[in-house]
Amino acid sequence: MRIGENTKISIKLLAFAASMLVFSIFILPPIYDAFCEITGLNGKTGGRYQAVPATVDKSRIVTVQFVATNNENMPWEFRPSVISMKVHPGEVKDMVFIAANSTSRNMVAQAIPSLVPFKAAQYFHKTECFCFNQQELMAGESAELPLRFIVDPDLPDGINTITLSYTLFDVTERFANKTDKNEIDPEREG
Amino acid sequence: MAHGPQPGLKRWLYTTNHKDIGSMYLWFSFAMFLLGGCMALVIRAELFEPGLQIVQPEFFNQMTTMHGLIMVFGAVMPAFVGLANWMLPMMIGAPDMALPRMNNWSFWILPFAFAMLASTLFMEGGAPNFGWTFYAPLSTEYAPPSVTFFIFAIHIMGASSIMGAINIIATILNMRAPGMTLMKMPLFVWTWLITAYLLIAVMPVLAGVVTMMLMDIHFGTSFFSAAGGGDPVLFQHVFWFFGHPEVYIMILPAFGIISAIIPTFARKPLFGYSSMVYATAAIAFLSFIVWAHHMFTVGMPIAGELFFMYATMLIAVPTGVKIFNWVSTMFRGSMTFETPMLFAIAFIILFAIGGFSGLMLAIAPADFQYHDTYFVVAHFHYVLVPGAIFSITAGVYYWLPKWTGNMYSEVMGKVHFWLAFIGLNVTFFPMHFVGLAGMPRRIPDYALQFADFNQISSIGAFLFGAAQIVFLFNVVRTVMGGKKASDEVWDNPEGLEWTVPSPAPYHTFSTPPVIR
Repeated sequence: MRIGENTKISIKLLAFAASMLVFSIFILPPIYDAFCEITGLNGKTGGRYQAVPATVDKSRIVTVQFVATNNENMPWEFRPSVISMKVHPGEVKDMVFIAANSTSRNMVAQAIPSLVPFKAAQYFHKTECFCFNQQELMAGESAELPLRFIVDPDLPDGINTITLSYTLFDVTERFANKTDKNEIDPEREG
Repeated sequence: MAHGPQPGLKRWLYTTNHKDIGSMYLWFSFAMFLLGGCMALVIRAELFEPGLQIVQPEFFNQMTTMHGLIMVFGAVMPAFVGLANWMLPMMIGAPDMALPRMNNWSFWILPFAFAMLASTLFMEGGAPNFGWTFYAPLSTEYAPPSVTFFIFAIHIMGASSIMGAINIIATILNMRAPGMTLMKMPLFVWTWLITAYLLIAVMPVLAGVVTMMLMDIHFGTSFFSAAGGGDPVLFQHVFWFFGHPEVYIMILPAFGIISAIIPTFARKPLFGYSSMVYATAAIAFLSFIVWAHHMFTVGMPIAGELFFMYATMLIAVPTGVKIFNWVSTMFRGSMTFETPMLFAIAFIILFAIGGFSGLMLAIAPADFQYHDTYFVVAHFHYVLVPGAIFSITAGVYYWLPKWTGNMYSEVMGKVHFWLAFIGLNVTFFPMHFVGLAGMPRRIPDYALQFADFNQISSIGAFLFGAAQIVFLFNVVRTVMGGKKASDEVWDNPEGLEWTVPSPAPYHTFSTPPVIR
């Protein structure tokens, strides 16, 4: 009888459809994130880096430029303490970004990094970065936001300048009812 | 099995008959075609002159968005499902679709989905205004409140399409008459089988992407929000992973219709049947690995750009096989030019033009200039209007005598064809030029130098719109009466559907036919 066969094939096809739905919501985004992290697509830099002892390549100088941008209506003052610095690959470097909440309300911000050229993204390591946490500033408060980074000695030869950009987002409303300074999920960290 | 339809409205509400449901799909799709067409005319009226005359930019954005959504999901897809409902069982010698009750359900949820979508026009904040591709964050952070209705409308349409596709696959695989082997199936059946698999593979992805939007908007996730660690570019990847197979969903059944019509009026069997089947399968496969050619400008590694460029160009090969097969079928045929044939020939010529502009767009370095200009608009209207719409129209003229038992007016059909053909080219051909000159799409105003071509486009659009009124009148007149059609209708056409009487009885092939 045909009815049994029709039910069988319908169940199979429904299961296929359901698996595509699960695939698109739960599997595609993590694959995409992993893919971006490996390839540096969209200038995504990795999460916290565990420093490994490496020899500093004194023969080579790489210029690292810093850019700070406010997303749309973000009212904070936000700038790097230095516009650029010259580093040797393998060297641990510190610098700070300066943020000031000049408004009259307490706010929470999240900085999202992006790096060009994309090819350099996987060779730029951050052992400490204010972008790993949300930043909360009281009204009128200002802060120095630390960044510690290492340019990998394996950085391809053609790359002499790296531009690291941070965009500051106002996430006050989004995280208003959460506890302070959550560490955002490193898996989904941009 | 001799009982007929229920009387009155109940016939349409409760029906499980594939012919009734097919008719409802086709009428619904025509209603949506007119609605989406009116929106297109609002767009063209506004673009008749530079500056803002008729509508506000906000409303213009709603019109471009709703026009796209309604034409894709409301006009083209249901029309093909309607043709599938009517023709598949008759082509494979089956008494009905495999899952008739689900068939009823998959149709009847559609009017609700589109009522919901259309109702957003009257809501505070207006209808969706972010383009039919609804890129995040336009469709999440910056969307009007009505976006939630849009999301649920998409969910319902997706459910309808998936059910329709399951039904079609079950019908084709399980219900064929004895002796109807896979490689004996008419190409319309083949193309729909492959299309149905595409639908089941990608409609859930569309449902997934709107679900992620819903969560971002209402439940605080950050799939597409950079501030929370997500990525708006991810939206584009997921959307086009659905979107590219979707464009083949809208064209593969058209290939099947054209492959039925050309042999009939060329009075020769279809050239290269099996190559047509393999070409269809090849196109379906390639459609899954080319999605990022819609997003060359988002910033991709050079290897990615090259891969998607070459993979896209590869699609021209199976498509070319099809075009050459149709041309070879006509070569030295004893051709006549009835209305379905006119539409079919126009399909081949104009679809080839759209295919060539597609090849131009596939060239990654050149695409940076074409991206988001009217050149893209010209391209996809050249593949969708003569591709999907002309083939559906051709199919309706071709099978209408079988459905109604009456012959349509050939004179009116030809008037319809020439008005539509001229109107279409006058509308969309100039868009290539303004696009290459840099006119961006989805903008209600434009620089003065584009004024002439835009006026020509607008005149053509109203001509094309008028042609559809002729079509409607012709179809209604044929349904009401007219010259009786013979059982064969055409001159010795191929296919089981021509072996049943005209009009096709309410139940056909209650006993399976004998397949030679």
